[in-house]
Amino acid sequence: MSGAIVIAGARINGEDVGTIAVRDGVLIDPADAGAGATRIDAEGLVLLPGLVDLHTHLREPGREDAETIESGSRAASRGGWTAVHAMANTNPVADTAGVVEQVWSRGQEIGLVDVFPVGAVTVGLKGERLAEMGAMAQSRARVRLFSDDGICVYDPVIMRRALEYVKSFDGAIVQHAQDLRLTEGSQMHEGDVSAELGLAGWPAVAEESIIARDVLLAGHVGSRVHIQHLSTAGSVDIVRWAKSRGINVTAEATPHHLLLTHEEARTYNPLFKVNPPLRTAEDVEAVRAGLADGTIDIVATDHAPHASEDKDCEWAAASFGMLGLETALGVVQKVMVESGLMTWKDVARVMSHTPARIGRVDASHGRPLAVGEPANLTLVDPAARWIVEPAALASRSHNTPYAGMELPGRAVATFLRGKPTHLDGRFEGVFA
Amino acid sequence: MKHLLGTKDLSRDNAILILDTATQMAATQDRENRKLPTLRGKTVVNLFFEDSTRTRISFEAAAKRLSADVINFSAKGSSVSKGESLKDTALTLQAMGADAVVVRHWASGAAYQLAHGGWLHGSVLNAGDGTHEHPTQALLDAFTMRKHLMDTDGTGTDGKGLDGLRVAIVGDVLHSRVARSNMHLLTSLGASVALVAPPTLLPVGMDSWPVDVFHGLDDALDAQPVDAVMMLRVQRERMTGGGASFFPSPAEYTRMFGLDGQRMARLSDRGIVMHPGPMNRGLEISAEAADSPRSVIVEQVANGVAVRMASLYLLLAGEEQA
Amino acid sequence: MTGIVLTAPDIERAVTRIAHEILERNAGAEHLVLLGIPTRGLPLAERLAAKLADVEPGFDATRRCGALDITMYRDDLHRQPTRPIGATRLPAAGIDDAVVVLVDDVFHTGRTIRAALDAVKDLGRPRAVQLAVLVDRGHRELPIRADFVGKNLPTSRSERVDVHLVETDGEDAVILTGGRK
Repeated sequence: MSGAIVIAGARINGEDVGTIAVRDGVLIDPADAGAGATRIDAEGLVLLPGLVDLHTHLREPGREDAETIESGSRAASRGGWTAVHAMANTNPVADTAGVVEQVWSRGQEIGLVDVFPVGAVTVGLKGERLAEMGAMAQSRARVRLFSDDGICVYDPVIMRRALEYVKSFDGAIVQHAQDLRLTEGSQMHEGDVSAELGLAGWPAVAEESIIARDVLLAGHVGSRVHIQHLSTAGSVDIVRWAKSRGINVTAEATPHHLLLTHEEARTYNPLFKVNPPLRTAEDVEAVRAGLADGTIDIVATDHAPHASEDKDCEWAAASFGMLGLETALGVVQKVMVESGLMTWKDVARVMSHTPARIGRVDASHGRPLAVGEPANLTLVDPAARWIVEPAALASRSHNTPYAGMELPGRAVATFLRGKPTHLDGRFEGVFA
Repeated sequence: MKHLLGTKDLSRDNAILILDTATQMAATQDRENRKLPTLRGKTVVNLFFEDSTRTRISFEAAAKRLSADVINFSAKGSSVSKGESLKDTALTLQAMGADAVVVRHWASGAAYQLAHGGWLHGSVLNAGDGTHEHPTQALLDAFTMRKHLMDTDGTGTDGKGLDGLRVAIVGDVLHSRVARSNMHLLTSLGASVALVAPPTLLPVGMDSWPVDVFHGLDDALDAQPVDAVMMLRVQRERMTGGGASFFPSPAEYTRMFGLDGQRMARLSDRGIVMHPGPMNRGLEISAEAADSPRSVIVEQVANGVAVRMASLYLLLAGEEQA
Repeated sequence: MTGIVLTAPDIERAVTRIAHEILERNAGAEHLVLLGIPTRGLPLAERLAAKLADVEPGFDATRRCGALDITMYRDDLHRQPTRPIGATRLPAAGIDDAVVVLVDDVFHTGRTIRAALDAVKDLGRPRAVQLAVLVDRGHRELPIRADFVGKNLPTSRSERVDVHLVETDGEDAVILTGGRK
């Protein structure tokens, strides 16, 4: 298709209604689109810059039964994402240039989203020796973010060295904050619900103490650190304090930590088992407020697919993690936009501009919606109302905590460098 | 009553019904022919994912005395080495025609998942799930207390709860399903509960529990006359080693929390000594206390059969519930 | 006929007559044990025991009268909501070699008595078991008959017989209701 695309009638960033046009992968002046352009009627829709997820698990290589780069890319594009950062806890672990290049080029080959691999901090995620982060940074995958997620970089010396080391290529260490000793055998948030249910607790202090340590370390050595899935009020306070001291820290919150609490564990349904765990209502309030006031910089999904036998079992035997790519927009709209805590422009900030900047992919993603910029776009229908059906999701896995829930808002079209990667049924036939 | 999963949601009326029924069941066990035809044709499966010969035998005896058929299913596996899944095991039992499944499992919540997972149509009776609940233990404990402490005027105990009694539960509350189930049931039946444990063995988040907390057995005995002291088994492994560090040493535990003859003498006049078993003689309970006339520990075991007969009767004898 | 079919005096006379019949049939009160089937068989058994004690010297009404709960022997448990189990009280000497007289208020299908016979078998080995009922309303479903009957009351299946006793209901009456108009 060599012609232009014109998208008319959408509210740009949720603000004024406007028209944009695309040709050859970049935004052009609509006046130059030409008569043969494909027209998309976007009345009532919101146009956002393509969403960028800083925290996704694509499971390939190693657990293709749960998800592949292809199925994950499909889930991402359906969720409105144009870029995802794939975490390194694969098998083999992404701790070498070879593995990250493999993941990156597979993503390119599929072409539905840009897959930016995250490199491991330590070899094999064992926390003992630094991985060859320099090699990964210089590879074709151009890795800038390094993380041992779902394991904490626990040894303070290793964390310090890692923070120092990545400065040379403008990298950042991305920390899954969890004191390993305080959370041995933990199953859910430590509080009144865990006391009653007889499930081993995961205390908030195990997250907060690591964040406190790491922001101080980052400040001391002059590095940037990114804190994953902030889940407690205390964590928000610590990050707020650190920023007030000029420490170069950024933080993310997941959609599930914006909506769900530890009360969900009462049914012992492992769909609600996640790391860090669902917390109290007060924590959820604080995380929402933190996202609204910028203390928490971005929303990241922590999309964690699991095969059904890893979830259809006793809580204690189940794996931690929830799907997130296809439901994120809906949850954010429900919790943050419809409550008035954020505007769609804020959503663009936390789900596109800022994650792109943190990931250092902002040359191509999270760009302003202006002529000349790459055409990475997400069209959202805020009026959509849909019931989450696990079997209907594009992911190979079905472990969504929102099964049966009605969500507002849905991405109805996603464009990666001008190419439509996801089109809702209403646009069928538009691209013949 | 379709399932018996815990005492938290067991109403006072239903709890008393179980206890009163157990009284009648206990009476039948004094006869020469102890067997009743009531559950003839029903199949009860003992599904044990955790070894426990005593509890399993108790349930087996209870079911057989009511003429039910008993199938013992010892499932392998743990959180580390997953055996056949809970779901597959349940589907197999359903296909075998289990009317009731008595389940003991190492994972908290397993009984709830079996009851509500949609794999089983029959009744589920929780014989102990992880550190969550063990309702028949609490019921047999309450039955024992009621028998010894609530027949003050010789009119028997039918219809009575445990109103006005003071019960102290001593030991590793954090990891004890017996403590949790007892706490809920005792409170529902009108008793007041004291939990006695070092702070390391009490759960965070228990502020709303309707109990008094003491960090030494002497303090608990001094505060108010205790009618029944329930000693929980303490695991030595939990004490010190492996980084668990819940307590410095067994000796210090015994000094502060152990029940010996001297402490036993400070119970109320009618005070009784209880233990769910198996006991660590010399650790949480001295031989003198365990073997004293105040000890009802052996009787608890016998009462267990009657209480489990009552539970099975109430779950299975009536018309099948949806 | 609907309404009260046995008044309080009728019941009193019937109980008196049954007591004498029991004594006559058994040539005295030796070996007799009365077991009332809850709910209303129990006060009836106690009344009979009292009458026997009036007439027969040496008959200790309290020690020779007990209760026999048959819930656990019923054959229809699975068709109804769960029934609570009542108390079974036997004389201290048991029922071995005794003449057990089962006492119930209404004799209908016979299934209650069949369950009672099963229960008695598990409690001991009496030398004989006899049955005394206040009202026999017919419609037997099992080959069981009563030895002592207060009143034979032919009924249709759709009718209902309710026995009221002072001890349980505050009055003495046998009431017939229902049936086709």
